[in-house]
Amino acid sequence: MGKLIASEKETVPANLPAIELVIDIGGMPILVRTASPEFARILENRYGGFVIVRADARHNPSEAPMFELDVELMPPGLINQDEDLHVRLEAGRWVMERGDFRAEWDTERRRGWVRQTANPYSIDAVLRILHSLMVAQRGGFLLHAASAVCDGRAYLFSGVSGAGKTTMTRLAPADIILLTDEISYLCPTAGGYAAFGTPFAGELAKAGENCTAPVSALFFLEKGAENRVDELSSAEAVRRLMRNILFFAEDRGLVEKLFATACDFVARVPICRLTFYPDARVWDQVRNFDRKLDRNFARSFQGVPEHA
Amino acid sequence: MPETCIYIARSSAIAARALAGEMMVMNSADSMFFTLNEVATVIFQAADGRTPLREIVRDRICEQFDVDPEQAQADAEQFVAELSGHGILLVSNQPLASETP
Repeated sequence: MGKLIASEKETVPANLPAIELVIDIGGMPILVRTASPEFARILENRYGGFVIVRADARHNPSEAPMFELDVELMPPGLINQDEDLHVRLEAGRWVMERGDFRAEWDTERRRGWVRQTANPYSIDAVLRILHSLMVAQRGGFLLHAASAVCDGRAYLFSGVSGAGKTTMTRLAPADIILLTDEISYLCPTAGGYAAFGTPFAGELAKAGENCTAPVSALFFLEKGAENRVDELSSAEAVRRLMRNILFFAEDRGLVEKLFATACDFVARVPICRLTFYPDARVWDQVRNFDRKLDRNFARSFQGVPEHA
Repeated sequence: MPETCIYIARSSAIAARALAGEMMVMNSADSMFFTLNEVATVIFQAADGRTPLREIVRDRICEQFDVDPEQAQADAEQFVAELSGHGILLVSNQPLASETP
């Protein structure tokens, strides 16, 4: 069966494409370069407020983003959709392969390339993978969770499909700022963790706002007959967190780092089960959470994680 | 009949953390996750590859917990077999070099 990439080559040729867009997610701008105006428009539509269009960044090296990605479009018809995703590290380069794309990422040069057809889904998958790798190095992670800013603080809502992530975002009052209904972007800060908006949308099919806020709590959602919040044990919190962190790489070192990050997150951020009846009153529970939590959290999480 | 010594060591393919009194261990090869109780944590932390399991049970488990020595030994052997089956502990009848610092 034909793969998308019929022949191997180390780098994308130097016939320089004209269009460059910077897609800035999680404070990590990636310059995406393409020769196709149509594909550039697809990117602009999909990534909306996260895109900065640049006429030609090569002539302003001082403004160059930290990461660069060349997109080489292939003709349709060479795709094997059944091929599963594989992400592995080979001689300092991340190799990402799925039926609909092949990509490589040089960690030292902070450059990479993608070969795919002109569709938004392949590049979206590549960006999710790249960000999962880059943010893991910074001590953060991508979480399968909706997130929103309420009174200046970010709240995360995670759970299995159908648990209510999109429902929570749909029930949100008008003053709530949606960061994402699908993939939350979390980075460590001096005081805890910050959540960033992402364009990675789920059922809502709508990008989040391009902004950030300190994380106040993570809720694992369960639908029920009433609204209530129950604290989770550390072990249960880590277990659930690890289950919902997006990570694709077959790399032992990074998995260990993510585990350490998950433990740190549990030590610093309140993690609870939020049982909720799907109407707008659940947001009152969220708003009141900080006040109730301060005393409980201080009692339950003493000390910092230690290596065994 | 001479008694067989069992030596145990922690695998290098694991990550472990103690958090809020609970020991959490993850096998980084397959991301399987385990939470250890107090007794299991003592055995896990003592798994240096040089101390026989019987000595760990006698000097640490029986000293710290109110347990019958024979029952403690049987439980420890069962626990060790289970964790070694998941690649968390290495088991041998000879001393082992521990794979973790």
